Amino acid sequence: MSVEAREKRQPWILLSPALTAITLLLFIPLLFILVYSFWLRTATGADEVGFYLDNWREALTDAFYRDILLHTLRIAAITTLLCAVMGYPAAYFIARSKGNKPVLLLLLMLPFWISYIIRTMSWINILGVSGALNTFLLWIGIINEPMQMLYNEATVILGLVHFLLPFMVLNVFVSLDGIDETLEDAANSLGATRWQSFLQVTLPLSLPGLAAGGLLCFVLGAGTYITPLVLGGTSDAMFANLVFEAIITQLNWPLGSALSLMLLAVLGVLVMIYNRYLGMAQLMKGLG
Amino acid sequence: MDNTKRYERLRERYMNGDLSRRNFLGLLGAAGAAYGLVTPYRAMAADVTEVRFDGWGGVVSEALRANAFDPFENETGMKVVDGTFGGGDEYLSRVKASQPGEYNIAHLSGVFDYARYHNLGLSSELNEDNIPNLEFVIPKLIDVFRGVTDGKLSCVPYDYGTTGLAYNRKHISDEEMQEKGAMILLDADRKGKIAGWSDWRTRMWYAALQTGQSPNDITDVEAAWDAVRQHRDLSLKYWGSGAELMSLLAEEEIHVTEGWSGRIYALQEQGHDIGYMDPPNGFGWQECMFVIKGSPMEACEELLNFMLAPETSIAVAEGQNYPPALDPNKVDLGKKIPTLPAFDPNGTLENLTFADPGYWNGNEAEWAKTFGRVQKGY
Repeated sequence: MSVEAREKRQPWILLSPALTAITLLLFIPLLFILVYSFWLRTATGADEVGFYLDNWREALTDAFYRDILLHTLRIAAITTLLCAVMGYPAAYFIARSKGNKPVLLLLLMLPFWISYIIRTMSWINILGVSGALNTFLLWIGIINEPMQMLYNEATVILGLVHFLLPFMVLNVFVSLDGIDETLEDAANSLGATRWQSFLQVTLPLSLPGLAAGGLLCFVLGAGTYITPLVLGGTSDAMFANLVFEAIITQLNWPLGSALSLMLLAVLGVLVMIYNRYLGMAQLMKGLG
Repeated sequence: MDNTKRYERLRERYMNGDLSRRNFLGLLGAAGAAYGLVTPYRAMAADVTEVRFDGWGGVVSEALRANAFDPFENETGMKVVDGTFGGGDEYLSRVKASQPGEYNIAHLSGVFDYARYHNLGLSSELNEDNIPNLEFVIPKLIDVFRGVTDGKLSCVPYDYGTTGLAYNRKHISDEEMQEKGAMILLDADRKGKIAGWSDWRTRMWYAALQTGQSPNDITDVEAAWDAVRQHRDLSLKYWGSGAELMSLLAEEEIHVTEGWSGRIYALQEQGHDIGYMDPPNGFGWQECMFVIKGSPMEACEELLNFMLAPETSIAVAEGQNYPPALDPNKVDLGKKIPTLPAFDPNGTLENLTFADPGYWNGNEAEWAKTFGRVQKGY
């Protein structure tokens, strides 16, 4: 084999383990889901193999799915916004702290050591009628009767923010940590106040990190189903709950497949828009 | 030849130079792949060392583990691997996605679940000669299962109970409950303090009671759905598991819901002042131990026979707070069981209304889907 031919083959050889893994773990399962979405569920719960468009027609034309999808995107957007507002100062504080940065980062990672479900359920003990907050408020006499704080949209958003905030902080931190602090000093020496130098130098330079964090929070938030299940009330279901119900409760795998691909497509479009304007490089940095 | 011996021989051939390195690794990989493919089917082999059981978790699992599985393991040396599920529908999807033999025995609720499994081709055929303790079971409980599977059995009945009304006596009196019955779940004054199980059958059953219809023959379906919607608007939450039901009542997040008789009894035992009543035509159900097609039958039959032995069955029933399927005319059930909710001292179960499997399974596809929408505000 000529040197030229060997050089041409080398990237493919090096890429082959990753490509094999992606093919086996991502594309083939996705292909199965795609094929399933064209089957039909029969009255007994068994699947009828074939090429039917009924599931897709239902998923795309039924207002019920559209409404829940919009509700899901709205909840994910609010959650992302709150994560950005709360996460940026925290990331800034960590990035600018001098000696204890590793400890602060370790503290940020600590919640990941506890199961997401347990972290979500912990809010029941905090916000419940006999939870810690009501007990405290009753004890200090601010309220006479326990307040009903759980099982509404606010608690769903709270649970999502609790889960997603570290992702935002990490991404913004990576971005802020990479900014040369002497740039702020330069702005200050040219007469800018600290606030002006932050607004005109630091913030614009950290926007890619903020956007990457935002994308992660949005995508993860839009795909969640545990939080609305545990902390939501009767009308707080999100799109992933529909997929869960179709597949698990109704044993309608074909419809569940169509719905899950629909959610994947919507989130995929958002990622493509992000990539078009901001690029994926910053996201990779944040994840790394 | 077992796999260990096969690997040893391969290694020996390789070390002796009979096999090239490439062939050795190839054969090793093929043997591994074959082992992986065969493993799920090993349950069908004669030398069974373990049986998998899946049930409802919580106090039910604890009672089974302590009173049935641990003694069975000690006596036979066979291991019982127990898993849990939140509901029959969720479990069925797991079974559907599994390899034959992966799941063995399931604690199913309601004859309609039994019929569903049978219709999906998941039923097995028990050799009743291997389960002599079946003679102690209430005949009525056995007969309904035989009717579904052409006179054969794919399960043994194990216990029964009701889904009645559970209420906090601090906020709702026994008199009010007697007066309002199932309508208490539509009491507008209790908005935000009402809950219900996120199960379409239970919702429609109670909607039938609230609209004055027979649960096994709902003629005005729209009126029933309106009642489900009304209940949803007044509810704080739909609960999804027995643990969540107990937590919501014990923490006083809710004052009234329908609930499973055994779980409510467990709450009462823990000292919570929770009342329980079965309204007329309340939801009665019988549970069975269902053997899934592809399971090691003799091992499963041995376990089922052990579980049905009066001493085991009574101990489990006392632990899980549901009356056993044992006939009180044939077996002395002791002191506690006659005090359990839903217990029938006559062994006829005539006071309980069970779901007609054909009727409910016939409506399953449409009603489960509609409830999914109604549940979310539609």
